[in-house]
Amino acid sequence: MSRSITAARESRRVVRGLFPTVALAALLAVTGCGAGAGAEGGRPAGAGGGAARTVTVFAAASLTESFTRLGADFEAANPGVDVRFNFGSSATLAQQIVQGAPADVFAAASPATMKTVADASLAANPVVFARNRLEIALPAGNPAKIDDLADLAGPGVKVALCAPQVPCGAAAAKALAAAGLKIVPVTLEQDVKATLTKVTLGEVDAALVYRTDVLAAVGKVQGLPFPEAAQAVNDYPIAALAKAPSGDLAGRFVALVTSPQGRVVLTGAGFETP
Amino acid sequence: MPWALTVPAVAGLVFLVLPLAGLLVRAPWSTMGERLAEPLVLEALRLSLVTATVATAVCLLFGVPLAWLLARGNLPGRRLVRALVTVPLVLPPVVGGVALLLVLGRNGLAGRWLYETFGVSLPFTTAGVVVAEAFVAMPFLVISVEGALKGADQRFEEAAATLGASRWRVFTRVTLPMVAPGVSAGAVLCWARALGEFGATITFAGNFPGQTQTMPLAVYLALETDPEAAIVLSLVLLAVSVLVLASLRERWAGTS
Repeated sequence: MSRSITAARESRRVVRGLFPTVALAALLAVTGCGAGAGAEGGRPAGAGGGAARTVTVFAAASLTESFTRLGADFEAANPGVDVRFNFGSSATLAQQIVQGAPADVFAAASPATMKTVADASLAANPVVFARNRLEIALPAGNPAKIDDLADLAGPGVKVALCAPQVPCGAAAAKALAAAGLKIVPVTLEQDVKATLTKVTLGEVDAALVYRTDVLAAVGKVQGLPFPEAAQAVNDYPIAALAKAPSGDLAGRFVALVTSPQGRVVLTGAGFETP
Repeated sequence: MPWALTVPAVAGLVFLVLPLAGLLVRAPWSTMGERLAEPLVLEALRLSLVTATVATAVCLLFGVPLAWLLARGNLPGRRLVRALVTVPLVLPPVVGGVALLLVLGRNGLAGRWLYETFGVSLPFTTAGVVVAEAFVAMPFLVISVEGALKGADQRFEEAAATLGASRWRVFTRVTLPMVAPGVSAGAVLCWARALGEFGATITFAGNFPGQTQTMPLAVYLALETDPEAAIVLSLVLLAVSVLVLASLRERWAGTS
């Protein structure tokens, strides 16, 4: 018994001796990550004491495939540079940038979401680099036998749309209005990839997503173009951000996206380019 | 009070309370009234309260027996079962939603059979919301009740059994009253977790106003266009949950 008391005292002394060290280490860790971490865009210092440079690109979810390829091209052309992506809903990304996330480039799926950032005087001269149009995405085999847009209004047809707050949802509302159709979706998803997932899993009979998303999910979904999509073509603006931590790289990345090389990648993914 | 405890305790408290204070500071108090009266808000709040409550009832129905099995049953591989029960706690919510779709969706393992036999399909329905919430929240209840059962003195149960009470009677008349504080504390935690559920809900049940758009989903989408509205919605959710939790703890949980 007495031995355990001594041991307890002993360990308490050790802990007490250690405490300041631990506290200091914790404090350093906190301030360290406080300096580096932003909302999903934190940039830990590059290995090798800052030799590696990063450029952080916030891009709409629908750009995932094409920008990932362009990012690899950019890294190949600029040795020692690391491209980091934050893909998501344009509106969410715009909010993150306005709240001070350390981004260098913003590529949005709609002029409206770019305007959010421009209004906070954070985006200088956005340029439209791509256009995207909607298509009807159907699960492989088209179980509900959808032949055109009007079929989506049929009884018992389950349709997923993007929420009207996000660019693909705004475009869908426009296209449906142009067609004079009223459909009641079963769900309004938060971004276009989530909408596509519902089709890929066969949980809905159809969804309105971008042509590029249908191409990206080739084999899992089939696409059905419809004429009213022309009434709701989405412009994609890109801009180097005013407070970009790596300003020169940001400009170069935008230049790559708008170059002929960038156009080849984008059209290959199903975008139209201006 | 040793300072080695006080300092980190205060730091921890500040860390937990400060973000909440941030919400209060940034809230658009002047337009609060009209924003709250919007039908979309009231609908989402009603749906949240109803689904969280039903999900808690479902969790009690299945979770209490499960906790009893873990604490009192002589299960082979009990540790593995306990680990499996706690999986939804650590599973990223969206993954939980996808997992539910793969099992209960229209093309899911069990969902396909449900759909073809009964024409029932859970995704995109209010029942689907309850399923998603129960899936994520049930572990809280099970762990809480199991802990209470382990801490309870089994001699009372043995005494009742020797006096001729059936096992069911022992459970309802002796065991349950003894662990009641643990059950209600677990139910409160479970309800709170269900109320805040986002990822599994939007993935499994989708997002449609009045049917599956609970408060957290409404907050997330409001953030897309109108951050102020999102703050208002968050505050409503917080106020309601704090009120409910505080009153419940007073009423039931006593000192647990």
